[in-house]
Amino acid sequence: MHSIRPRLINENGLRVDGRRPDELRPIKMEVGVLEKSDGSAYVEFGGTKVFAAVFGPREAHPKHLALPDRAILNCRYHMTSFSVEERKPLGMTRREIELSKVIREALETVAFLEEFPRASIDVYIEVIQADGGTRTAGLTAASLALADASIPMADLIAAVAVGKVDGQLVLDLCDLEDKYGEADMPVAMAPRFNSVVLLQLNGKFSPSEFKKGLTLAQKGIAEIYRLQQETLKKKFSASRPMEV
Amino acid sequence: MSLSSKKDLTAKIMRDKIYSLLLQDKRIDGRDPKSLRPVTIQTNLITKADGSALVAMGGTKILTGIKVEIGSPFPDRPDEGIFTVNAELLPLASTSFEPGPPDERGVELARVVDRSLREGGALDLKKLCLIEGEKVYAIFIDIYVLDYDGNYFDPALISALAALATTKIPRYEVVDGEIRKTDEFSTLEFAALPFTTMIGIIGEKFLVDPQIDEEKALDVSLIIGTDEKGNVISIQKNSPGPIPVNLLDTLLDVAIEKTDEIRKKFLQEVPAKLASERGGGVESRI
Repeated sequence: MHSIRPRLINENGLRVDGRRPDELRPIKMEVGVLEKSDGSAYVEFGGTKVFAAVFGPREAHPKHLALPDRAILNCRYHMTSFSVEERKPLGMTRREIELSKVIREALETVAFLEEFPRASIDVYIEVIQADGGTRTAGLTAASLALADASIPMADLIAAVAVGKVDGQLVLDLCDLEDKYGEADMPVAMAPRFNSVVLLQLNGKFSPSEFKKGLTLAQKGIAEIYRLQQETLKKKFSASRPMEV
Repeated sequence: MSLSSKKDLTAKIMRDKIYSLLLQDKRIDGRDPKSLRPVTIQTNLITKADGSALVAMGGTKILTGIKVEIGSPFPDRPDEGIFTVNAELLPLASTSFEPGPPDERGVELARVVDRSLREGGALDLKKLCLIEGEKVYAIFIDIYVLDYDGNYFDPALISALAALATTKIPRYEVVDGEIRKTDEFSTLEFAALPFTTMIGIIGEKFLVDPQIDEEKALDVSLIIGTDEKGNVISIQKNSPGPIPVNLLDTLLDVAIEKTDEIRKKFLQEVPAKLASERGGGVESRI
């Protein structure tokens, strides 16, 4: 309830889940987790749990959607009905439609779609539990799944939200902080180019808070990017017995 | 499902032209990179609506109508009125819009306007409560793009605010826990006046309020909302493409400057009531 808003920063300067303001939640990443897709990934940021799968490049369907100069990228960000406190109605909500769009646009920024004219690459993101930062976890997973599907990309995308709770800038908001905080700014970057590929803001920042928030996001993104690279290296360097 | 869209083939040629003009601080329609198109605001043209406004920003025209109804509050906000924003990109506005339920662009427009109004704190929702936990005002803000000549975001928010400013709210009296409509009306008072500025980037150059040919040719664009105190209250990057991270501070400053310009223009033309910053008194700025 809004009226019994919890205290988000305690007297020791720690957050509701015991983190320091600039601390990420425990992160888990794995690629190649789903059998039938061409590439897949599973990502956890604390209580937020997300699958992503990639199909393609494959023939665009229906055909009239195909583009002569590049592949179309299809993206669906979706939450399971039980992923949130109150059951989410089936089908796509307006929020999911919007997030599918901004996630697709972020992925289109890095994927070399012109390598696959007339084809389609389908990216499905399924949030199985939501505890804040689902779009950023979803995008982080989607970029891993694209890499797992060997789709050429200019860079991986690493994403995290920064926000303001009880007047304090914090990294990687959990659900409570998102709900009761003063601002939530999801940021995704292609770190190799120092480029922002997704940026949204809900809430109030002064210009200096915005600047500091962006720096804080970059710090988190550097760590997430490192974990992504480690995860991919682990998979692709795993020893494979030679087939005779 | 979100799908890659077709790129206009002329966009690539236009991009080079627009970019080379930007290098000389010029634009195809004669504006300089940081100037907005002229804004005109016409209010109360739909008398069946409780409030309405037609806003033109250059060749882009947006019509917003307001309907006020009585509804139930959200369980977690029992003492607050509610508002919802809808937006439709009408097929008569552009060859790129099709009939049917709002597509992702329409949904995005509605959500960006909603976010800017909500996070910008435009309305004091507590004043829209009739009986706590039971009856509140429900304000429907419906936005229609009538003519699309680039950047529908900024004029959509202007028209939503102009329509709200002229909305007549029927007064209700509460008798024995029941509400009864009276013949009287009141007007809404704004707690804050948020506006947005759309900024387009080509190469390392940027421009504000793109018209249609510019918008199609942009490398990337974003919409930044600010309030009258110079806070940034909403951001939406709304197209594929990279934004150099070190450009963002500059873009924020430009957005603050431009939204101030829009706010000034708005207050000149619309009889908006803005609650004074100190709280309490009502300041009328006409």
